[in-house]
Amino acid sequence: MGKLNCNLLNKSYGEVHALKNISFEVQDGELFGLIGPDGAGKTTLFRILTSLLLADSGTGSVAGLDIVKDYKELRNHIGYMPGKFSLYPDLTVEENLKFFATIFNTTVEENYKLVKPIYSQIEPFKNRRAGKLSGGMKQKLALSCALIHKPEVLFLDEPTTGVDPVSRKEFWEMLRQLKNEGITIVVSTPYMDEANLCDRIALIQHGEILSIDTPEEIVTQFPKKLYRMPIVETQNIASLQLTQLRKNPDIESVFMFGEYLHVTFKNDAARANNDLPLQEITPTIEDCFIALMNRV
Amino acid sequence: MLKYLIQKEFKQIFRNSFIPKILLVLPLMVILVFPWAANQEITDMKVALVDNDHSTLSRRLTEKIAASSYFHLQNVTTSYDDALILVEEEQADIILAIQPDFEKELLTQGAATVRIAANAVNIMKGGLGSGYMNNIVRDFANECRGVSNTPLPTPAHASIINITTQSRFNPYNDYKIFMIPALLVMLLTIICGFLPTLNIVSEKERGTIEQINVTPVSKIAFILSKLIPNWIMGFVIMSVYMLLAALVYGLTPAGNLLTIYISALVYILVVSGLGLVISNYSSNIQQAMFLMFFFLIIMILLSGLFTPIASMPHWAQVFTHFNPLRYFVEIMRMVYLKGSHISQLTSQLGALLCFVVFFNILAVISYKKSS
Repeated sequence: MGKLNCNLLNKSYGEVHALKNISFEVQDGELFGLIGPDGAGKTTLFRILTSLLLADSGTGSVAGLDIVKDYKELRNHIGYMPGKFSLYPDLTVEENLKFFATIFNTTVEENYKLVKPIYSQIEPFKNRRAGKLSGGMKQKLALSCALIHKPEVLFLDEPTTGVDPVSRKEFWEMLRQLKNEGITIVVSTPYMDEANLCDRIALIQHGEILSIDTPEEIVTQFPKKLYRMPIVETQNIASLQLTQLRKNPDIESVFMFGEYLHVTFKNDAARANNDLPLQEITPTIEDCFIALMNRV
Repeated sequence: MLKYLIQKEFKQIFRNSFIPKILLVLPLMVILVFPWAANQEITDMKVALVDNDHSTLSRRLTEKIAASSYFHLQNVTTSYDDALILVEEEQADIILAIQPDFEKELLTQGAATVRIAANAVNIMKGGLGSGYMNNIVRDFANECRGVSNTPLPTPAHASIINITTQSRFNPYNDYKIFMIPALLVMLLTIICGFLPTLNIVSEKERGTIEQINVTPVSKIAFILSKLIPNWIMGFVIMSVYMLLAALVYGLTPAGNLLTIYISALVYILVVSGLGLVISNYSSNIQQAMFLMFFFLIIMILLSGLFTPIASMPHWAQVFTHFNPLRYFVEIMRMVYLKGSHISQLTSQLGALLCFVVFFNILAVISYKKSS
């Protein structure tokens, strides 16, 4: 039994099948990432696991508590930070933190040690109203409020969406620290580059899990050799270049990645047939995601 | 737990730059301005008088009309057509045409004809104006009979019954006294019914309700934390309102204050329930505002607050039975003006209690459906 288990979860919104037979397990103290594009079903899954939404079928447990039967007790043991900033904008920073501490029947002082690394950064502004904080500070406050009752499992729904690169880096640093405190963290993100910062990840698309493993293992499971070649300068020619390569019968896939094209061949012999300015590279999580997506 | 939630609500209410001002201005507006604005007494109607008789009696009638506070003698013409033109030009609201031989007929036959024509574009004004005019002319006829030395012959068809009217509970027929107790209903509907609704929906809109839902705070505690502050404010504002009614208009309830507070409590539970139903069906402020606007207008129009229920068509009267506002308006007027005892209000209170049960059960059901 892991810290979090879910088994064959299904959820539909009318015609849309948002989650299809989702099953996975998160170990105690793990930093687990749910990686997938917008609309993949990440938020729905979070809402089910945090007892905000009922699944159509399937079971789940978090911190040893059933997400349906023990939902009241469960809420004492989890922290949830939704994607959208949702604290009281008309209360001050300090009042927000105190409020969330009291409704969890605890005090700020009791768990101050846990939130200190994060909260101390916004403490100079503790008398400012939460609505008047900058984006990065709001996020730190939201994280502090989600942590103030020392949850066993912390759910973070797209915490870095819309956050600048420096703050994103800082944020992941904070998650590392929390993990060291023994908190199990489940985080979702649409950014593939953040996947490497997790212990294990689940790639999710159209409500289905494509693969679950450590980021390193997912990369080694990439089925083919991957090459990159530079894109010819101008935009028009680049798309022409892409179309031409896609017509090439030897080539299995070709995608644009910034200033390069990532190419795989049907087999090694096919690679030898083509004289292109290629360089073999290690695949990224994004390459794996695309490969898995196309396989389905 | 509930204590902290309520503390937080009050903090937010008083920190809001807008709501405390509205809470102050609204009751003042309702008590100081509305009773004057919602006044159906008509004074200073402009009269065009067509005197075709030019006799002593016709002049006395003219003077009598000019002396009345209801009428203002605008013009005396000799032809009815000229008077009609004055009405068209908005220079006159009502025409009184005295026929030739008015005096002669009145003295010889004891009856004469005058003609009253009122501009009925504004039905209320036209109707009331011709009514007042009728009274003055009838009065005048009675006076004439009284003062003439040779008693006027009593015409066969004229009534000899003298009617005197006494207005019980509102001796001077003051419209303001009729409106003030009832207008309080509007205030309570807005403060205890609609403010908490907006508050809940705004938590939905901001997503803070999700954040609360993952905490051990129970749904009941959350809803009570929204309702209780508004109940308290409702009672405070109601008390201030009644105090102002006493100070400004000298109007104190003829009945028991406790009866008023008990009825208000029941009514508050009704509108809170309705508010919760609305909040369950709306996911943003816009929807909630629109729904509340819809209910408020319909409930006020069908409550007898401004227009008497008895003058509505039968089907509309049936509708008023399904309107909680109607019952509370009745209770307020009965207690305030007539001094009704709580035992005389059982049918109204019973109806309100049914609404309490209905709306609050509906609120629970619609909440379960929407989650």
